[in-house]
Amino acid sequence: MPKKIAVATKINGQGMEFLCEPRQSLLEVLRDELKLTGTKEGCGNGNCGACSVLIDGRVVNSCLVLAVEAEGREIRTVEGMAEGGKLHPLQVAFLEHAALQCGICTPGFLVASKALLDENPAPTEEEVRLFLAGNLCRCTGYDKIVRAVLDAAQRMNAEEVEA
Amino acid sequence: MAYDVVGTRPVRPDGTEKVTGRAVYGADVQLPGLLHGKVLRSPHAHARIKSIDLAPALAIPGVYAAVTAADMPKVQAEGVANLGESSIEKQYMQNMILAGEKALFHGHAIAAVAAVSPHVAEEAVKAIRVEYEVLTPVIDVLEAMKEDAPLLHEGLITKSLGKPTGKVSNVAAHMQHARGDVEAAFAASDVVVEREFRTAMVHQGYIEPQTATAQVGLDGAVTIWTSTQGAFGVRAQVAEILDLPLGKIKVVPCEIGGGFGGKIQVYMEPLAVLLSRKANRPVKLTMSRAEVFQATGPTSGSVIRAKVGATRDGVITALQAQLYYEAGAFPGSPVGAGTGVIFAPYKAENVLIDGYDVVVNRPRTSAYRAPGGTNAAFASEQVVDEVARQLGMDPIEFRLKNAVRPGDQATYGPKFGAIGLVEMLQAVKESEHYNSPLTGPNRGRGVASGFWFNGGGPSSSHISFNHDGTVNLAEGSTDIGGSRASMAMIVAEELGLPYDQVKPYVADTDSVGYTDVTGGSRTTYATGLACYNAAQEAKRQLCERAARTWECSPEEVEFMPGKGVVSKSDAGKHLTVAQVAREMNRTGGPIHAVGTVNARGQAPGFAVHIADVEIDPETGKTTILRYTAFQDVGRAIHPSYVEGQIQGGSAQGIGWALNEEYVYGSDGTLRNANLLDYRIPTALDLPMIETVLIEVPNPNHPYGVKGVGEVCIVPPAGAVANAICQATGQRFTELPMNPERVCMALLKAGSR
Amino acid sequence: MARVFIPGLMRDLTGGRTQVQVAGATVRELIDGLEQAFPGMRERLCGPDGALHPHVMIAVDGEEVIEGLRAPVGEESEVHFLPAIAGG
Repeated sequence: MPKKIAVATKINGQGMEFLCEPRQSLLEVLRDELKLTGTKEGCGNGNCGACSVLIDGRVVNSCLVLAVEAEGREIRTVEGMAEGGKLHPLQVAFLEHAALQCGICTPGFLVASKALLDENPAPTEEEVRLFLAGNLCRCTGYDKIVRAVLDAAQRMNAEEVEA
Repeated sequence: MAYDVVGTRPVRPDGTEKVTGRAVYGADVQLPGLLHGKVLRSPHAHARIKSIDLAPALAIPGVYAAVTAADMPKVQAEGVANLGESSIEKQYMQNMILAGEKALFHGHAIAAVAAVSPHVAEEAVKAIRVEYEVLTPVIDVLEAMKEDAPLLHEGLITKSLGKPTGKVSNVAAHMQHARGDVEAAFAASDVVVEREFRTAMVHQGYIEPQTATAQVGLDGAVTIWTSTQGAFGVRAQVAEILDLPLGKIKVVPCEIGGGFGGKIQVYMEPLAVLLSRKANRPVKLTMSRAEVFQATGPTSGSVIRAKVGATRDGVITALQAQLYYEAGAFPGSPVGAGTGVIFAPYKAENVLIDGYDVVVNRPRTSAYRAPGGTNAAFASEQVVDEVARQLGMDPIEFRLKNAVRPGDQATYGPKFGAIGLVEMLQAVKESEHYNSPLTGPNRGRGVASGFWFNGGGPSSSHISFNHDGTVNLAEGSTDIGGSRASMAMIVAEELGLPYDQVKPYVADTDSVGYTDVTGGSRTTYATGLACYNAAQEAKRQLCERAARTWECSPEEVEFMPGKGVVSKSDAGKHLTVAQVAREMNRTGGPIHAVGTVNARGQAPGFAVHIADVEIDPETGKTTILRYTAFQDVGRAIHPSYVEGQIQGGSAQGIGWALNEEYVYGSDGTLRNANLLDYRIPTALDLPMIETVLIEVPNPNHPYGVKGVGEVCIVPPAGAVANAICQATGQRFTELPMNPERVCMALLKAGSR
Repeated sequence: MARVFIPGLMRDLTGGRTQVQVAGATVRELIDGLEQAFPGMRERLCGPDGALHPHVMIAVDGEEVIEGLRAPVGEESEVHFLPAIAGG
């Protein structure tokens, strides 16, 4: 068996070290070694987006990233979205709009949507569709997902104005 | 009838777990000592397996066990010549899991190993040596029916109600619906349109690959954790395939990442059990996406000939069709359903429909949302459209004129009950979408109808009361799209409880009564009825307990939702559910109500879709500009999830229409087993999917519920094809209508 | 007597008749009656063990029967033999 490598990283705000084989993907380590199974595997080759995570704020398919590449990076997964004991507005919107059916693509969509709203707080429908085109959903036809993201953006902007 | 909970849109009970990544899906199962399995698959579409050498794999450190078909229990039969019908079926079931003498499709499982990690298991699989004698494959349905076609199975004789032929062929079954005299009727028709259609093999495309984890104890107890549409179905299949006592098997249904019919058949479960037994450790097997495409059940590609005759004033005189469906490597395509769906929305005196189930060297097909229906409607809805055009009639007007109504005899035989097709067509005719102008070049609007049978059958649920008046609701249906919410809503409605005081959960096979699969559009109907029945029993018990508290007879009290139990003689006297529950141990012990049903009376589903498209004449790409789905849903329990079903089914149907297909090489190998080359619709490919819920209640259900999940995938391909025809003037008779095909057709017609 | 619709592929046994009236209170009795009137009928519908072929579905008054051969049939019932269908 190949020799394991020590990797120091930050996951959902917590400093963390893990050992991995050079051939292991970040997705595999998150799920099998760190037991962060909220990130899902749908295809293993970057086509479905179910494994979306943020690395230094950028959305990536964690199945296409080697675990050793996480060294010194900051990673956010779906498990890190709800902060201070409160769901993220995107999570609330997904629930209220019934934007999930089976729910397997949902973590990836939430993470990708967060990346979108972080860089574009008031996207148009077309911009939402374009940004989320790398995340596949087979249950919803995307209608309620797109509505949820637009609604969350609106709510977050309203909150910001209030604040 | 006004409802308090039914028809509202609460947040689903399992929602928070699912948006925070905590819900445990099949692949998330972790167990002490867990081994990981991998499967060796045939690189050939058709080959005799001469030998398998597992030794090099077993020699790799960290490899615990390896299995082949030799590890399957022998099928009991009195010699090959007398192999009865059921033993052949059983042999097929085993060989679908692990190839026997022959590999019958590219990706057919040959052997499986269990090792300490997925990587070691992968190395082990690569080390297995297999000697094949490559045979000629047949992958086309019409080729497979030819006299000199290579035979997949040496003992396959066509099943039909007709005179037994005893002849061995690739035609597994032939079925027919016949009434009247189609020949005479066509001869007397003013307009007759006949065309031949082809549809490609397509996959359900659920985002979660198949996965199963099994643990076999030394006492023979088997536990299986899996993502399935039906835990009881998994239990039955594993018991049958591996000759295990049913009662020794417990199936724990995990959260499931989509199924659409594809997660009814088992694939990994029997392998996990065999490996776990050999290794004496729990074993998990998860498919790669390539394996999902190669080796799970897609739905049939098909060739369909459809013919419609009508009089000058727009009355259909005769309907005829032949449907040839690819079953894949083993019998069992959904052609039977296809023969029922094909002209179901239309009334006709003269009908002749023939269906053929044909084995080919492709993966064995499995159910896919209204199985067989989309292929059939793609053909019939285009021919119907063409007849209407030739008559100069509006396509909705023509459909209305010929629509089946309650009491009409269906093309496939029986009479229809409470169906709402006419109401729906009226709604379409009057809708803003249908009456809106669609202008501009290369644009077109198409409509299509669809039919699906809908299912009933056995389901169970249990309600147990907590001392604070909340209730736990156990049900046997796995929740694939929000059904926990609907079940809780039904119980909350009946018991007059707030929705969030009902805690639904999906129970394993040891913990709830038998329940059929989450499929066939049956869950909200049948399992909903089981919940409804359990609630009636709970009310009876609550009344009994209140009577005991008041020291009167149960006849002197009654249940009133919102109030609880009230005294018939003294309207002011009542006990809330919580009050009765708090006292339950002093009035007779725990309150636990069971509801079971073998549901009948399900009404079939009808849908009508409108598609507006624009064709790019340069690239042949079709853009869906606007899409509206009308559906008779009986009564929507949770309208958001009903809309969601319709939107999802429409999107799948649009993908089927425009892009999706299995691409094979001439050697029978699958060339696009990934989600880049097998292109399912993305968010960018679709507009919002508008839904119109028509509620024509089902009189056989207390709320009027009808199944909704499947019929929505039946019309899209026909609707999009009719729209493309209006946009381009070309009839597209082959699916998918991808840019290449559209572009070539426009070039050929010189309209580009 | 129940009205039994004869599937196209079985009309070789009924001399082309598309519907027949058969007496019987259950599907089993109907099939007995059909066999008596049109020998060979049972073999098409049932296996050697007497059970219905798994690929055959029987509808009485528009509904699939779930009790198999024991299913009750009314005096005015309409009975169809259809291919078995599974949903997804």
